[in-house]
Amino acid sequence: MTVRVGEAAEAQPFPKAALPLLEDAQLRKNVRHATDVITRKRGLVVGEQKDWQQLRSAGSAIKAHTLRHLESYVRQFEEACTAAGGQVHWAADADDANRIIVELIEQRGGKEVIKVKTMTSDEIGLNRALEKRGITPHETDLADMIIQLGQDKPSHIVVPALHKNRQQVREIFMKAMGLKELGDRPEDLTDAARKYLREKFLKVKIGVSGANFLIAETGGVCVVESEGNGRMCLTLPDVLITVAGIEKVIPKFRDLEVFLQLLPRSATGERMNPYNSLWTGVHKSEGPQEFHVVLLDNGRTKILADEEARETLHCIRCGACLNACPVYRQTGGHAYGSIYAGPIGAILTPQLFDMEHSQSLPYASSLCGACYEVCPVKINIPEVLIHLRGRVVREQQSGASAEAIGMKAMARIFRSRRSFEAAQRLGRMGQWPFVRDGWIEHLPGILGNWTAVRDLRPLPEQTFRSWWRGREKGNKHA
Amino acid sequence: MRISLFITCYNDTLFPETGKCVVRLLERLGHEVEFPLEQTCCGQMHYNTGYQTEAMPLLRRFVKVFKDAEMVCIPSSSCVAMVRDHYLKMAHATGDAALIKDVGELLPHVYELTELLVNKLGVEDVGAYYPHRVTYHASCHSLRSLHLGDLPLRLLRKVRGIDLVELENIDQCCGFGGTFAVKNGDVSAAMLTDKLRCVENTRAETCTAVDNSCLMHMYGGLHRLRSGVRTVHLAEILASTEEEVVR
Amino acid sequence: MPEAARSAIVERIANANRGVDAGAREAEYEAIERGYQTVAEMDRTAILATFVERLREYDAQVHEVGPADVAEAVRAAMAQHGQRSAVVSNGFPREWLPRGFELRTEADTSTDAMSATEGALVTCEVAIAHTGTIVLKNSRRLTLLPDRLVCVVRTDQVVETVPEAFARLQGMAADALTFISGPSATADIEMTRIRGVHGPRYLDVVIAPA
Repeated sequence: MTVRVGEAAEAQPFPKAALPLLEDAQLRKNVRHATDVITRKRGLVVGEQKDWQQLRSAGSAIKAHTLRHLESYVRQFEEACTAAGGQVHWAADADDANRIIVELIEQRGGKEVIKVKTMTSDEIGLNRALEKRGITPHETDLADMIIQLGQDKPSHIVVPALHKNRQQVREIFMKAMGLKELGDRPEDLTDAARKYLREKFLKVKIGVSGANFLIAETGGVCVVESEGNGRMCLTLPDVLITVAGIEKVIPKFRDLEVFLQLLPRSATGERMNPYNSLWTGVHKSEGPQEFHVVLLDNGRTKILADEEARETLHCIRCGACLNACPVYRQTGGHAYGSIYAGPIGAILTPQLFDMEHSQSLPYASSLCGACYEVCPVKINIPEVLIHLRGRVVREQQSGASAEAIGMKAMARIFRSRRSFEAAQRLGRMGQWPFVRDGWIEHLPGILGNWTAVRDLRPLPEQTFRSWWRGREKGNKHA
Repeated sequence: MRISLFITCYNDTLFPETGKCVVRLLERLGHEVEFPLEQTCCGQMHYNTGYQTEAMPLLRRFVKVFKDAEMVCIPSSSCVAMVRDHYLKMAHATGDAALIKDVGELLPHVYELTELLVNKLGVEDVGAYYPHRVTYHASCHSLRSLHLGDLPLRLLRKVRGIDLVELENIDQCCGFGGTFAVKNGDVSAAMLTDKLRCVENTRAETCTAVDNSCLMHMYGGLHRLRSGVRTVHLAEILASTEEEVVR
Repeated sequence: MPEAARSAIVERIANANRGVDAGAREAEYEAIERGYQTVAEMDRTAILATFVERLREYDAQVHEVGPADVAEAVRAAMAQHGQRSAVVSNGFPREWLPRGFELRTEADTSTDAMSATEGALVTCEVAIAHTGTIVLKNSRRLTLLPDRLVCVVRTDQVVETVPEAFARLQGMAADALTFISGPSATADIEMTRIRGVHGPRYLDVVIAPA
């Protein structure tokens, strides 16, 4: 099994990847604006929902329950979906999934497909696999189109092109659509997309989608969207192929009453997004007469096996943690090197790889807790980050890195009062080469990262404990 | 009441004034303060950086030192969060029944300074005097782990002579985050820049918090910019009186 | 090969959940705490008022009418856009059909013809006041392809909360359902909400007495 998460295995470590982004003023302005707007809207619609905390608790409980009984729920979904006329395929990893999808398309003589926004297909690198076989994928979500036509990478789970402003989108569209004239109002750009895609929707015979929820009880699938491109791809083609992670299963139809309240408010700050589509297998009256679901593992069962981190699989891909994250808000999504950015990406990506790649991501957080606070299914992301840092330390290092040596030495110092007090004395003496005019403005090694932008006050002459000891002595004498 | 002080390793070493002010404040309010000299560090830095094995002996040490304390006061929100959020889970991971029991019994007696003052001792007006323009920075742990709410502000509002100004974007992290500040120094610096802009906008002379770790980071940046704004721990403001003004 | 992938995945799931009693699944499901609102708290007037307000916030037009005026309201809604024809959903009540339009039924209209048509006329199964949502069964293409959508909602179809709607929809759980909340929209460019991308740009809701 070879897990793939987009191109994340080859990505640079976070601190390095962040650098050029921090220097891109336009990008930072775009990211800041977008996250500010969604955060404000989310605050309003979450604030008016009096039972928000109860919904979060229920959402979290349903997800935890489903994961506990995942085997029977996935099997139940498979049976129900098959009974309703769908065909279920299982893919152990990205290559497996791509092979299944390519075969389905080739067997039907398909040369192009229309796609609804699906993170999972980005995860497995489906578009590249299709293009290799001469099949053209058309992304139909506006933001995904901007990314695809601009040969860019997504930087957000929900609004993947938030790092582009209207002028940048206009340029991309004019070039890719061969337009001589185009306004730069969002209305103009949206209109261009509508005209460009309508013909494709009516012509292309095969659609590819992801899924927000798979319903075990009925074998049904639910896709949540705003523009109507999703409904086009789900309704008009003759053949529909849905690719979804096994963790997308929920037990019953009625559980949507929880998730359809949590997801739109968290994702886009709307009470409800414009369109939710629910279908079950094949419907005689209309819609695709051939329906396939590809159930994907690609590392998910490894996450499931880690008791302390399996809540990562609760994620409903709302992106609220990205918008709330002070780190994401500075860098945008590309620094994470993965199609899954932000706090959820920082825990999901390395785990999908079973910690073999992306080890810098669990450290790309100040552990401020904003992500946990907004998570609609209560994933305690800071806890999981700390747990994964533990795995990085245990699995990556043989204890020989400078950091590990330093940390272990410090831990030994803290293990006795005598060594702690000796270290305090030593530190006071050792610092003098670095002190200038009562401040430390430059330190060597990794600590230089501190003094690059911040000064440091030297250790004071007297520690608290020596002051206390002196006071106690004085009290006794008095 | 007899209050045991866990001053924390970095306050002990880097910010002794904070500790002295906690002692002065609590004694002024009529309480007896003890400082067990065997204490060192709660293990937060190790735990949060992934050196969980190394943090275990520090947990055991903390429990041993404070097991019989009537109440433990910690003037650092992140260290309280370490103890409160992680100790029980860590103890359970050892399977040591006695340790689990000790941690379980100790936790309800551990207080962050403002929790101790307002919730446990029932005081908001501590008789302080501090004639400066002050803005309050809410540390992430104080907000989202300890849920201190307006406890620090309630104490500050009762300080005589103070000119308290609200800090914009108070719920945004300052960018410290322990080893994050060096491991991701550039992103940390970008977050700090945003935070300092908000601090400067208040035109406060003093920025205060319940955690010297954020303040060390923020003061480091403010000093580099030669901004003139100083940072002091909340305990130092509360310890300040007309007879004995702190700075 | 496919069978191999299936059994490998199922086995890995089972290993991860060793010790879980599969027989306890239903009981554990029933024990999930659902402390959120599941029944109406407002009176009927307030529920309808909320529904109307939320629809309007999505930029939908709302027309509340008496029992005898539904057909006229539908006519007016269609006329305001200068529309002359429409495709009518299967099962749309005859008494609500407007006069003076060229009407075709959904069953007799191809996908391409739907895409070329001016507007659609439909009813719904249930509507949700809290979220300003109408829920439709079938008519998936019809409510998507034409640029103007008129939907007649009976007051007794409007519930206050999302959970109440799901309770009513349980019998249709395996049907093709579409939840519509306002016109098609996007905020992908600079977070500016734009009405109408691929779905209808205009949504008119006529609220008829039960």
